Amino acid sequence: MANVRLEDVSKAFKSAVAVDNVTLTIDEGEFFSLLGPSGCGKTTTLRMIGGFEEPSSGRIWLGDDDVSGLPAHKRDVNTVFQSYALFPHLSVAENIAYGLKRQGVLKDEIGPRVEAMLELVDLEGYGHRRTTQLSGGQQQRVALARALVNRPQVLLLDEPLGALDLKLRKQMQLELKRIQSEVGITFIYVTHDQEEAMTMSDRIAVMSAGRLEQVGAPQDVYELPATSFVASFLGASNLLEGEIEGTSGEITKVHLRVGGTVTLPAGRLPYSDGPVAVGVRPEKLHIQATDSSEMDKADNAIEATVVSSTYTGVSTSYECATSDGTRLIVYVQNLERSASPPGAGERVRLTWDPDHTFAVAKPERKDARAANDRKG
Amino acid sequence: MALEAQGRSAPEPPEPPSDRAGGARKGRRGLAPYLLTLPGVAWLVAFFAAPLGFMFLFTFYDGTIDIGYSFTSDWPQTYVEAFTTYDTQIIRSVIYALIVTVATLLISFPMMYWIAMKGGRRKNLFVLLLLLPFFTPFLIRTLAWQLVLSDQGIFLGTLKDIGLLSADFKLLASPLAVISGMTYNFLPFMALPLYVALEKLDPSLLDAAADLYSSKREAFLKVTLPLTLPGVFAGSLLTFIPSIGDFIDAEILGNPNTTMIGSIIRRQLLVNQDYPTGAALSFLLIAGILVAVFLYARALGTEELTG
Repeated sequence: MANVRLEDVSKAFKSAVAVDNVTLTIDEGEFFSLLGPSGCGKTTTLRMIGGFEEPSSGRIWLGDDDVSGLPAHKRDVNTVFQSYALFPHLSVAENIAYGLKRQGVLKDEIGPRVEAMLELVDLEGYGHRRTTQLSGGQQQRVALARALVNRPQVLLLDEPLGALDLKLRKQMQLELKRIQSEVGITFIYVTHDQEEAMTMSDRIAVMSAGRLEQVGAPQDVYELPATSFVASFLGASNLLEGEIEGTSGEITKVHLRVGGTVTLPAGRLPYSDGPVAVGVRPEKLHIQATDSSEMDKADNAIEATVVSSTYTGVSTSYECATSDGTRLIVYVQNLERSASPPGAGERVRLTWDPDHTFAVAKPERKDARAANDRKG
Repeated sequence: MALEAQGRSAPEPPEPPSDRAGGARKGRRGLAPYLLTLPGVAWLVAFFAAPLGFMFLFTFYDGTIDIGYSFTSDWPQTYVEAFTTYDTQIIRSVIYALIVTVATLLISFPMMYWIAMKGGRRKNLFVLLLLLPFFTPFLIRTLAWQLVLSDQGIFLGTLKDIGLLSADFKLLASPLAVISGMTYNFLPFMALPLYVALEKLDPSLLDAAADLYSSKREAFLKVTLPLTLPGVFAGSLLTFIPSIGDFIDAEILGNPNTTMIGSIIRRQLLVNQDYPTGAALSFLLIAGILVAVFLYARALGTEELTG
């Protein structure tokens, strides 16, 4: 059974369209992330599911019920807010009990349920404290408990880890994942952190400028991005422009602008002819001397010049440039101590497995650059 | 005090000096906060505590400025007499001040709520507009009210001319006129602390309340109101205390039957020069206000003030 369904949902504010015709189905029990740069409409989408914003058009379904016009307090959905929004005049236990009291849950039942929640989020014995006495991580857990105690159909999380430091964030990511599998509730998680989204989610929806760019499992969106925006938002994109030559059987050929032809599995093209961009993730590239004979005949290959190399311990990253100036990033794991790693200015050959090649519509350069800027 | 009552978290105590600091430096740093308060303390002692002390001493004396003052063992009688003579005015002052406090609260809460929640970028402009009339002196404002409320003034006069009011209708020189004037004059003392409290209210708390099954009304009662209570408390004190001792409104807009205790005290001290009675009335008033404030703080459960 579909748990949350958005049908052609749009939201226009006075000055701009925040969400543009989003259609989306989120399954029951799924950990689903809305990922995108700030201003891409992910939080507005979440707020519409929560009932804090009304869609300008389209419908929102919760299970079998159309909740489009239902105010927040009548929806069986709870939210963990970005700023936690804990009630400062109430204790930790009173915060958690707030929703139960409003729903008219019996007093005898509230106490044990609050205690069970404190246990779930590892805050036993904190019930009587003021929320202002807690650390950021603890407040985050209270916010989570306050939402989960109501046993909603869906839990909405709006960048809940944004205010925490890196170490605590990593720890809370695992914790959230554990809690989600324990309670089995659908989580819809908003984040701008692609690594966070990939770590935690069953599926990710990448958004840009109010539109859905791609929806899929983390490895699908990363390995086979559908648009140049997704390609560059989820890591270094390494896009090469070219022209589709044609498909024969299982294999498609693309002639690159810098010269040479690469192949990729059929069915990865956004359209069947015309200009296109092919891409490959930096860790899928191999770097070798131009006169090397190690290369597999079936591999794609391109010649480039090393611009710079950065040694980071686990790996070395090379920035290379093709003859037309396209920059390519290569990550090489430092498996052995290389006697003579290629240095700046050296000509190299970059090779990769055709199966690791993806293709997207020719990038509108502005978009791709903007996406890269926002990541930085 | 107003701001502290607003504080969601009590101010942090000053951090203890770090271990690395030398002994001498440690001592000086420990003294610094006290040295900083010295000018203020000196000012308060010289111009507030000392005169108050002298006033208190006067309540043990008897006499007038002409025959001179002497200590009397019968001083409790001064208090009893002061109270029994002027109990009407004291009680009237308390009632007027209470009405004024409630009226300013009822008028300014919706107004400040609107400015804080819906004012957007023009919030400060709206607050300034509210305060603008108060840039003129208290006395001038009250005299203006006298003109507005006068029997043949622009409002009543016009209404009477077109026959909407009977010719003998009066507003001026009535309790209503005094209370209206006071409500107007003390409005900012209520409105500003309320605004500070409402403006500080995080709108995401209202989202959270809605998320947790509260209707708008419930969210107001369970979240907005408790969180702005410190502002209500501060505003009530700032309105109630000065309005109980106000005499300008009563003298300009009222009649002999609206005389407030402030007028009596002023008259005792400045006209009759009966310092003991004037001083005794002042201390009765101070004691009464302290008791009222204490009870009020207990009732509202404002931890910041009752500890």
